[in-house]
Amino acid sequence: MNRNQTFAATAVIVAIVVLGGIYILRSQTARGTSSLVVSTTTSLYDTGVLDEIEEAFEAKNPIDLYFISVGTGLAITHAERGDADMILVHAPSQELVFLEEGYGVNRKIIAYNFFSIVGPTDDPAGIEEMTPVEALRTLVERGRSGEATWVSRGDDSGTHTKEKGLWTAAGFDVSVLREEGWYREAGTGMGKTLQIAEELEAYTLTDMGTYLKYREEELVGLEVLVGAGEELINVYSAIAVGTEANDDANFDDAMAFIEFLVSEEGQSIFEEYGVEDYGTNLFKPAVELLKSRADPTTADWIEAAAFFDGSECPEQYREGSSKLYG
Amino acid sequence: MVSALWEGLLRALSLIVMRDPTLMEITLRSVAISGLATLFAALWSIPLGILIGLERFKGRIILRGFFNTLMGMPTVTLGLVLYLLFSRSGPLGFLRVLYSPGAIIVGQSLLITPIIVSFVANTLEAADPEIRSLALTLGASEMGARFTVLSESLDGVLLAVTASFNRAIAELGVALMLGGNIRGVTRVLTTSIALETSRGELELGIALTIVLLTIVGVVNLSTNLFRRRTHP
Repeated sequence: MNRNQTFAATAVIVAIVVLGGIYILRSQTARGTSSLVVSTTTSLYDTGVLDEIEEAFEAKNPIDLYFISVGTGLAITHAERGDADMILVHAPSQELVFLEEGYGVNRKIIAYNFFSIVGPTDDPAGIEEMTPVEALRTLVERGRSGEATWVSRGDDSGTHTKEKGLWTAAGFDVSVLREEGWYREAGTGMGKTLQIAEELEAYTLTDMGTYLKYREEELVGLEVLVGAGEELINVYSAIAVGTEANDDANFDDAMAFIEFLVSEEGQSIFEEYGVEDYGTNLFKPAVELLKSRADPTTADWIEAAAFFDGSECPEQYREGSSKLYG
Repeated sequence: MVSALWEGLLRALSLIVMRDPTLMEITLRSVAISGLATLFAALWSIPLGILIGLERFKGRIILRGFFNTLMGMPTVTLGLVLYLLFSRSGPLGFLRVLYSPGAIIVGQSLLITPIIVSFVANTLEAADPEIRSLALTLGASEMGARFTVLSESLDGVLLAVTASFNRAIAELGVALMLGGNIRGVTRVLTTSIALETSRGELELGIALTIVLLTIVGVVNLSTNLFRRRTHP
């Protein structure tokens, strides 16, 4: 090839890349009418339930849902910096701060499930059927004598926040525990943490969604040793970014999506998701339960864990004439 | 482990044979984003590489060292820095490019700039002494001698561009931080691999990796064919 041919070939490649690139990128971004950026906790997104919710919601609304799957901590940071219009999270203590600082409004509890303490089948520390507090105390004892290992998420996620709360409730200081050899910090997502616990024959705290999925795929063989109970309840909420904190936030679409999440249709997706694959749902709808109190025990647990001043969203954190709090 | 690899391979083949629409879309988007990023990066990096490789000026060594060092920039850090710039409360927030394909293109083109600059500078320096003096002995002007060096080093330039495209399409940090892995908008091959892995869909993760490696392989192969034809 001479120089002219080389030049021509290069020009053709450049033209193809530019035109093709523009065509591909345009054809996929132009279809949306308005877009709603939702920063969400990984456990909701990675289990796939939000894919179904997205499909049902977008079929009825001219709104493109942009889910950004990160931990609860980063989801809140995104919203505070103005990069998300609403969040789906599961760490009530962090949520309260988010409301108090004026960023979040119109919080709505959408679903719940339970965390579990999982561990090796032979349960070397013997914590099966204990209460969470007893189990953690036993684990510290056995850990210190070298018979048990604990793997912590260590990433400020909702699950990690819960874990720290449980250690405090059991009377331990996490900043002391993390210096001890039997207490390992993974600093990574739930799935990876489960795999590390599996390799180390260790115990860990997990959300049920990720655990069931990994169990089903035969990626982990760990058993649930301490399950459903008041201390282990895991409550998911939706919070919109208020227009006072960020007047650019897509508040109207955020409210439309929250209303969909708490509607009968939205709640029934939570009710049914996972039943076919795992024989149980991964998330349980919370709206009807809190209204009817059909199961008063669980309703009490949710209120104790995730209500602020006796409400899922006290008056001062509400914006607009919302139908949410009927 | 081995069975996951094997099943991943089978899954990849079946997805490709079935022309799975989602896979096609994600793959095309990956190629388009990283292709455009490589093209933009080449626009400013090749001239910069030529400058560093052929000219002799004060601070040249420092500039070279600077670009060599930047080759080691972790993609997550670059993603984080650009996120803070493009975030709505950041200095460039008014541009509204965060979570768009454009943001990934900007990030990847910055990521690969040092690769192209260093490769091009290096290949010109390596070719410099003999060809340059030969051209001058044969009566070429200073400018003509430089042009001869450059055209004899086209191989190296091509390699620099190919290597940087490979780097761009295989990186995760920038695409995840700036694109957000939004389905149908900024989901590319690497962010899909990360998502499917954390979802426990390991075979699908392997399958997507095989698709990615196939693209890289095809690009390298065509570059090699091109080089063979220029130097029979």
